[in-house]
Amino acid sequence: MSTIFGIPAPALYGQILIGLINGSFYAMLSLGLAVIFGLLRVINFAHGAQYMLGAFAAYLLLTYAGIGYWPSLFLAPLLVGAVAIVIERFMLRRLYGLDPLYGLLLTFGLALIFEGAFRHWFGAAGKPYAPPAQLTGAMNLGFMFMPIYRGWVVVASLFVCIGTWLLIEKTRLGAYLRAATENATLVQAFGVNVPLLLTLTYGLGAALAALAGVLAAPIYQVSPLMGTNLIIIVFAVVVVGGMGSILGAIVTGYVLGVLEGLTKVFYPEASSIVIFVIMAIVLLVRPAGLFGREE
Amino acid sequence: MAVGTQYLAEQQPKLSTTSLVLGAIAIAALIAAPFFFYPVFLMSILCFALFACAFNLLIGYVGLLSFGHAAFFGGAAYYTAHAVKVWGLEPLTGILFGAAGAAAMGLIIGFIAIRRQGIYFAMITLALSQMFAFICLQVPFTHGEDGIQGVPRGHLLGIIDLNQPLSMYYVTLAIFLFGVFAVWRIVNSPFGNILKAIRENERRAVSLGYRVDRYKLGAFVMSAALAGLAGGTKAIVFQFATLTDVQWQMSGEVILMTLLGGIGTMIGPIVGAGLVIALQNYLASSQFPVTVLIGIIFVICVLLFRRGIVGEILELMKRKPKGNV
Repeated sequence: MSTIFGIPAPALYGQILIGLINGSFYAMLSLGLAVIFGLLRVINFAHGAQYMLGAFAAYLLLTYAGIGYWPSLFLAPLLVGAVAIVIERFMLRRLYGLDPLYGLLLTFGLALIFEGAFRHWFGAAGKPYAPPAQLTGAMNLGFMFMPIYRGWVVVASLFVCIGTWLLIEKTRLGAYLRAATENATLVQAFGVNVPLLLTLTYGLGAALAALAGVLAAPIYQVSPLMGTNLIIIVFAVVVVGGMGSILGAIVTGYVLGVLEGLTKVFYPEASSIVIFVIMAIVLLVRPAGLFGREE
Repeated sequence: MAVGTQYLAEQQPKLSTTSLVLGAIAIAALIAAPFFFYPVFLMSILCFALFACAFNLLIGYVGLLSFGHAAFFGGAAYYTAHAVKVWGLEPLTGILFGAAGAAAMGLIIGFIAIRRQGIYFAMITLALSQMFAFICLQVPFTHGEDGIQGVPRGHLLGIIDLNQPLSMYYVTLAIFLFGVFAVWRIVNSPFGNILKAIRENERRAVSLGYRVDRYKLGAFVMSAALAGLAGGTKAIVFQFATLTDVQWQMSGEVILMTLLGGIGTMIGPIVGAGLVIALQNYLASSQFPVTVLIGIIFVICVLLFRRGIVGEILELMKRKPKGNV
């Protein structure tokens, strides 16, 4: 058996793959956070809860309506996005112009409500969710065996990230969005419906989180607590990357995921804190984050 | 614009006669309270009220929202519990050791976190405290999921037996009063005025020649030490220290207590802590999930009364004379 730095190669590749998968979720979630923050100036603490809601929506659709994985991939983000739009219209909207900390506190409260309610109804234990039949089994890559579903998650997340990036950088809607981020009043003066844009952005961000949740359901178990523990790590990812750039958020997500996977191989005790340590170092060296600009 | 901005006008540099009388009545009530209520319940309120006051020192007077204060509260509980149980330290020395440990952590976490402001500061403190929670789960002295249990209350200074509920209560009350007085003294000192200046307009404070980062770090360490004082006391009162106290939910709870009572008011956090603990106590026997209720109170506070209960009352009192003129 071949070894790399004294570690058996399959173990190393395996952990890199796990790191890539975790990184996929870090990237998708920090992307959503960055999009929402860019326009609304709100740190969406409920992002983790929306991710959890996405996974639960898929689970509930399957259990009670017999709707499988593929339709859920579209339905769950739609449902969660709709809930988010209601939240934006009736709650978040009242906080624009105030200190952004209030947005954080409001969404924190919402996260507690969702999480507490689902824990009350479904208990804290995780629920298994089987991957779709087309994506079960494993593939021989020559140097390792890869479960097909895991490969699919990495590919799908790349598509989602690139798609969102294209939407924001290359379309007319994205141009409005970027313009409104720079100067909302001026964009409104040009006849663009900025309040609607804000609502849609929050809905889109939440839908992204829900989509990540559906993708995560077959890998991690569906549990009420799956979101909040993840979102704290994603916060650290966002601090490392800086929220100025969408691409920065994506790249940082994948890189930190892989670094975390590598830590599991070389120094497993530190694997749960490595991202926070990196965050502390980045703050000491480059306070604005790797891709951020000082505000 | 800082969260506490709109409350500046409410702070009074000196104690008026009214507040002195009210304070005396409140202290008398606290002294009499254990004859009417269950002492452990009261001590729990006192510990959390001090914790909330320590937290308020930062959000209310420097405008920094720390989302990681559980690290100082729960960390100090671990240090005190370990010092008293394993090293056999006298309880008060143990509590002070816990507070000193929290202050040291405050120095490290504060040094990193004050490099960013506002929303980033909140995210960084949250992440660092989560890191501390992971460390607590892994290092041997905290005993992982079990926590440190069976911490002896011992004899205060070798004389007063803290196993007597009443003596434990009065010691807790004394620590609480000391902590609140310390916060009041800090806020109404020249140092506190500079903190408020930083909250109002950081750039102007810089241009006036103040080393803003040092003041922020100083306030952060003091806040951490006082939170640690509360956490260490809690470890002696309840005779255990567990992971619950270092987790992000605890940081959220102390934010809620302060927000509900009134950010930037002296007694708001105390009122908020009393209400939240009483609610949790009341709900513990019912089926209703506490987390959901805490979330709902959060949403209502943020949407409807951002000044908190005490803040809104002060605002009403301020408005009345204006209406007559």
